[in-house]
Amino acid sequence: MVADELTNNDVAPGTAAPLVELRGITKAYPGVLANDAVDLTVRSGSVHALLGENGAGKSTLVKVLFGLLQPDAGAISWQGRETRILSPAEARRLGIGMVFQHFSLFESLTVLENIALGMAVDADAVLAGRIVEVSTRYGLPLDPDSAVHTLSVGIRQRIEICRCLLQEPALLIMDEPTSVLTPQEVGELFTTLRRLASEGTAILYISHKLDEIRDLCDEATILRGGKRVASVDPRKQSANHLAASMMGDTVASGALASEAPANKSVANSGDITLVGREPEGRMPALEAGTEPESETGQILRREPRPDARPESPVRLRLKAVSLPATASEAIALHDISLDVHGGEIVGIAGVAGNGQDELMRVIAGEVCLPRAEAVQLDGRGVAHRHAGQRRRLGLGVVPEERLGHAAVPSMTLTENAYLTGHHRRALGRGGFLFRGASRRFATEVIERFDVRCNGAESTAASLSGGNLQKFVVGREILQAPTVLVVAQPTWGVDVGAAGVIHKALRELADSGAAVLVISQDLDELMGLSDRIGAICAGRLSALHTTASVGVREVGLLMGGGALAA
Amino acid sequence: MIRLERRAAPSRTMGWLAPLLALLATLIAGVLMFALLGVPVLEALQAFFVDPLSSRYGLAELGVKAAPLIMIGVALSIGFRAQVWNIGAEGQLIVGAIAGGSVALLFHEVDGWFVMPLMALGGILGGMVWAAVPALLRTRFNANEILTSLMLTYVAALLLSYLVSGPLRDPDGFNFPESRLFHDAALLPRWLSGTRLHVGFLIALAIAVAGWVLLTRTLLGFAMQVNGAAPRAGAQTGFNQNHLIWFALLLGGGVAGLAGLFEVAGPIGQLLPSISPGYGFTAIIVAFLGRLHPIGVVFAALIMALSYLGGESAQISLNLPLAVTGVFQGLLLFFLLAADVLIGFRVVIGRTSLVQR
Repeated sequence: MVADELTNNDVAPGTAAPLVELRGITKAYPGVLANDAVDLTVRSGSVHALLGENGAGKSTLVKVLFGLLQPDAGAISWQGRETRILSPAEARRLGIGMVFQHFSLFESLTVLENIALGMAVDADAVLAGRIVEVSTRYGLPLDPDSAVHTLSVGIRQRIEICRCLLQEPALLIMDEPTSVLTPQEVGELFTTLRRLASEGTAILYISHKLDEIRDLCDEATILRGGKRVASVDPRKQSANHLAASMMGDTVASGALASEAPANKSVANSGDITLVGREPEGRMPALEAGTEPESETGQILRREPRPDARPESPVRLRLKAVSLPATASEAIALHDISLDVHGGEIVGIAGVAGNGQDELMRVIAGEVCLPRAEAVQLDGRGVAHRHAGQRRRLGLGVVPEERLGHAAVPSMTLTENAYLTGHHRRALGRGGFLFRGASRRFATEVIERFDVRCNGAESTAASLSGGNLQKFVVGREILQAPTVLVVAQPTWGVDVGAAGVIHKALRELADSGAAVLVISQDLDELMGLSDRIGAICAGRLSALHTTASVGVREVGLLMGGGALAA
Repeated sequence: MIRLERRAAPSRTMGWLAPLLALLATLIAGVLMFALLGVPVLEALQAFFVDPLSSRYGLAELGVKAAPLIMIGVALSIGFRAQVWNIGAEGQLIVGAIAGGSVALLFHEVDGWFVMPLMALGGILGGMVWAAVPALLRTRFNANEILTSLMLTYVAALLLSYLVSGPLRDPDGFNFPESRLFHDAALLPRWLSGTRLHVGFLIALAIAVAGWVLLTRTLLGFAMQVNGAAPRAGAQTGFNQNHLIWFALLLGGGVAGLAGLFEVAGPIGQLLPSISPGYGFTAIIVAFLGRLHPIGVVFAALIMALSYLGGESAQISLNLPLAVTGVFQGLLLFFLLAADVLIGFRVVIGRTSLVQR
């Protein structure tokens, strides 16, 4: 219903002829129809959003456009001419540039060397001059001679963008560019993109963040389940409407139901996951409205939680944890100290790749430290003990990667339940494992956390992301941990599963456990945690009561700044 | 254009049927090969597959050949499950034979119940020492165990060759590069009189059962499989990867060493420059043919043992070169690997990549 309404509201901005037109693109993977007859038209000088949830088919579509994938059916016309794009090289020749979510830079080389690698021969001095020229013209200042490993993620993205711009593309594709940026860096990026568009470059901007799209884009194509569901002008749509067509009717009705009084704050808050959390009734902060002096109009205030108990004992303590960077630890950790009390949820925000993985490994015990008291569980130094010993002492861990880290993809849920469950549940004795007990434990997790699967004997790989995440979180929570550390609890998870997981984490904390959540989803942390801090370049900021800070302040922390006391 | 496309879900049934299909394909290819060589096909097949099994002696020989293959195949399967690629079981077998055989020579003419257990211990320790080298190199320096264990095989063969032509040579042996014949207390009891079948075969079956229990019923076996399938999942729950690598290699080495000792203390009865027709390598095929499952390995080992006997039999009755054994083993591995690829992937031939709607 909502979707239809949006489609009728089609946009036709101006007279610009389509630069690129995709018609009826269909691409099937075994068992999945990733794109189902998708149409997409991008005009020169416009910033076109490609909007959709994880798994909606955005990546597949741009991979087709960039020549990385060949469609099973459909046609592409470039500047009015039917074209087949067989490889990325051909796409570049046509004038298509793409900045990927994951960068392809050699850390040990300089900016200049990295860019020169992808280019046709050019004298270094000439190229260096062009880099400086292009990068300053578009507000992306770069020093060609600095080594990449010394640069922040934001600057690295500039290198990638600059590399594309040197080819003078007619179409620039950006795949979720802001997922690695602090809010401040996002602002700078948008300035650059607007400037490019004003000069006639077409930009295809892939994202699922509604506020960004409403801010930046003048056209939007919305995908859901591999199909194009709408083409709209995002500036003329409320975030609620966009979310509704992105997520389908079920969520739409929920979102619209809660629209009346809280409409403004929900719309402004932008991120669609907020809409989904609303029915959980655990987000009183959302109704609190926006802060007038905020630049982005997004600051969310929480009521102080009456049941936050900073006076209750510290259950997880990190004491001056440092870890040098090695082959397996890309980011060095510097002097990280942290207390998590029983009954509270502490959130650690941060842009990806700033030491979150390393911090997880240190806490989980995948890396041991010689000084026992560096990591303490209930006052007991465990830093020198391995992961299994820490788990037996009451630690639960949910790593970010579901397949291959939290769970073994090829093994059954029974076996995956045993994987960590054997430490704290009676699933074996004397080195022998009890299959029956493991299966009962797996079944318990499946039932309590509403995991949709074909029973305990289905493999982990056969579950959808959200269901596997519920299983993994459930497996840890049902072991009654005294300390639970969770990375990216709802990464790529559908709204319903995210709600279940958030509720379970809250209940675990309410039952007296200490919960530490490390996430890149700032809105999630603002809604979930009692205290919040940020990790940047391996350093942890001071923690602040979540109710006392806003998105902008946490953004500052994520960029390595500190807040005035 | 031909390309491979990953299947959504590989069929489990086909996974188990693959060895049978590979056997069938090997048989067909073998028939073709015999026909092309101008060898009477039926006679060749009879000589290869039927004759060896048509006598009591032949069946006993099957057990003799299968015993080391079962033992090593089971141990390698467990290691392969953990993605520890011990390719040097042949070398570990040889060093086990040297160490255990040396014990026999040290206690020459000493009768006592303790001689054989000491020899077995020597065999196990010898194989373990040889496997400890790749384990150390892998865990300390991250050196690929495939290369190190394989290269050590050649070192072991040369070491044996040196020892039997030097320090361990039979003083009354007319300078032949052989050790003394082991005395009775240093020979494995025969299990069937008039044949060479020794108790090693029973121990091999016991090892297969123990391997099955280890893999399916113990935390250690589970940890090995997790380490193989998803090492990081093992790390987060506290399985120490280095310990598992050590265990896998020492297990493979120890069992291979024991198998080597059984060879010299069983059918051979002395140390010779060559004591194994490549059991350590064939056991790799056995492990995969048996789907890395200890019970599957038993059947696979019997089939591969038959290929040894068949080769000998074909050599005797049809003057075929002994290389026929190697060809059959190679064909079998080739078809098995091909079948495994096709289980995981489908072949897509020349599908146009862009279709007008």
